[in-house]
Amino acid sequence: MATLTLLQAVNDALRTKMRQDDSVLVFGEDVGPKGGVFLATEGLTAEFGAKRCFDTPLSEDGIIGTAIGMAANGLRPVCEIQFQDFIFPAFDQIVSEAAKLRYRSGGQYTAPMVIRTPYGGGIRGGLYHSQSGEAYFAHTAGLKVVIPSTPYDAKGLLIAAIEDPDPVLFMEPKALYRSVKGEVPEGHYTVDLSTTRTVREGKDVTVFCYGAMVPVCEKAAAAAAEQGVETHVVDLRTLLPLDEEAVLDAARRTGRVVVVHEAPRFCGFGAEISALIAEHAIEYMEAPVRRVTGFDTPFPNTLEHHYMPDERRVLDAIEATASF
Amino acid sequence: MTAMLQILEKDGAVVGELPGLDDGQLKELFVHMLRIRVLDGRMLKLQRAGRIGFVGTSTGLEGSLVGAASGLEAQDWMWSGLREGGAALVRGLPLAEYVAQMYCNSNDTAKGRQMCNHFQHKGSNYPSWSSVIGTQITHGVGAAYASQLRGEDVVHSIHLGDGATSSNGFHSGMNFAGVWKVPAVFVCVDNGWAISVCSREQTAAESYADKAVAYGMPGLEVDGNDVLAVHAAMASAVRRARAGEGPSLLVLKTYRMLGHSSSDDPSKYREDSEVAWWQERCPLERYEAFLTQRGLLAAGEREALERSLEAEIDAVIHEQESAAPMPLRSLVEDVYEEVPRHLRLQFNAFLEVAERRGEATRGDGAFPL
Repeated sequence: MATLTLLQAVNDALRTKMRQDDSVLVFGEDVGPKGGVFLATEGLTAEFGAKRCFDTPLSEDGIIGTAIGMAANGLRPVCEIQFQDFIFPAFDQIVSEAAKLRYRSGGQYTAPMVIRTPYGGGIRGGLYHSQSGEAYFAHTAGLKVVIPSTPYDAKGLLIAAIEDPDPVLFMEPKALYRSVKGEVPEGHYTVDLSTTRTVREGKDVTVFCYGAMVPVCEKAAAAAAEQGVETHVVDLRTLLPLDEEAVLDAARRTGRVVVVHEAPRFCGFGAEISALIAEHAIEYMEAPVRRVTGFDTPFPNTLEHHYMPDERRVLDAIEATASF
Repeated sequence: MTAMLQILEKDGAVVGELPGLDDGQLKELFVHMLRIRVLDGRMLKLQRAGRIGFVGTSTGLEGSLVGAASGLEAQDWMWSGLREGGAALVRGLPLAEYVAQMYCNSNDTAKGRQMCNHFQHKGSNYPSWSSVIGTQITHGVGAAYASQLRGEDVVHSIHLGDGATSSNGFHSGMNFAGVWKVPAVFVCVDNGWAISVCSREQTAAESYADKAVAYGMPGLEVDGNDVLAVHAAMASAVRRARAGEGPSLLVLKTYRMLGHSSSDDPSKYREDSEVAWWQERCPLERYEAFLTQRGLLAAGEREALERSLEAEIDAVIHEQESAAPMPLRSLVEDVYEEVPRHLRLQFNAFLEVAERRGEATRGDGAFPL
């Protein structure tokens, strides 16, 4: 098994599916000869030719709209939006079209496609290269929203997303692209969508997180353990459709819950987790659910390290929840 | 399509009608161009030294930037695409504010909220802009409508790159501008490359200027490395807009000599021979030859000017190196006019964590693009 970065695992998933299935194609801005601004698509044009991995004119709306048409007509497009911050010109195509094509046609037409996009902060990218917009999309019936946090999951989830019969928004934590490494099997394998991953077992406090917040929560959990607090860390990895039973089981296990995301708090994904627990597991709760999130502001630049939840803030919430 | 407007040949020879600029004005254009070139060099040095995060250079675009900016009047507005920082300097953006923005420090008028290169200057009607491509185009059209409605003598110059011609904003903006006949000039700086995508992959049209036809306005292709041609074309389009005759599109044919930014390696996607072809058409050298031939620039004067510009810039850099730290309260300010209760609470909770556990530490994440 090779040890790959998360970025290499994404590239490996694309290559694996493109070798296996001629209908899979990759396109977007700068994904061709340059290989993408993060190099996620490096080498794909060389191996598969410019008909299957190519640059488009600079229009996110054009990229997603044409992908829907390709998907409706037998192809499996995997398009890239260079930064999630740039996805909004295509919001209409995603929300009104891709997400609703199956429903409005009574299942006669579908859009099996993947939109890959790097999201999140930590690269000094300011307010237009750092956002975490998952909540906008997790509110959209008909979409699937997937966020990996390890190289193994990135490859397995991306292959599963490409094979999925419905449109999948695949959000890649850019802060982890090169900072996490892990063993990744060669060739084809999948990680089922709508499953969670137990990152660490613990009996005292449950922490729900995803994407770039997973390593942050792991560090906070290790620090909490030094003080005798055993933290159960769950990587949600598919936000929509969410594995609600797994979330409730993990919440009931400790009766104390912290939810962590770098997106703003108000109407963020943590609110959904909190509501789910309030509705179905309130009788197990020993403490209020706490959220550790970004501020309800746009994403800053110079002060980004103050905005992003870090080990200190997560540990503070774990301890407060444990001792409540 | 009419031929590309050109006044100076690449050796500085005059092949068109010179605009009505006096000797002092002619030389001033050169100083502005040279300042942009020197500033790029200094900013790249700071980036390599880790003092600033990112630089999107304008090397090669000096003729387009200075020519366009000098064709506007002080009361006019400039809406930015991406690389208009040098044009903004011509129109009054103070150098200290330019450098503070590159440092994203507490002297930055945008309070360090934007990435490097995202300049603004209210004093010369240069609004803040986003990194999302093409969104400023409709803003400029709406603002031009407002100027027109109030009967003001104000023209709006709306800058965009070649890639932005594919954006939704380009279609909507050009279309609305044509229908409303607003006092605007669209300035498409066609530098050949939208990051790694070349213009022939951006459009099947022979020239971006052809697109103007569909929106019922004139489109003109201009040699963007000929500062006098750009100035003349701009002045003429601005006069037309000012006279109530409606908008027009200028396409400035130029070339981004360096990468998209300090993190981009252009050798991965373009040929050295292409870069060399444009190097021979350097806007600075061409204009320097013209000024020398007219006796407006003495031997060795360029070098002296460069040294004086370096000193001017270095003094400003020195000042910005000692800027005060960014106040943390800036995290929750300017989201709304007043900081609302929920943000005050979030900020207080944040301070309490900092008191208990110390402040957050800055990561070493580098910008990839």
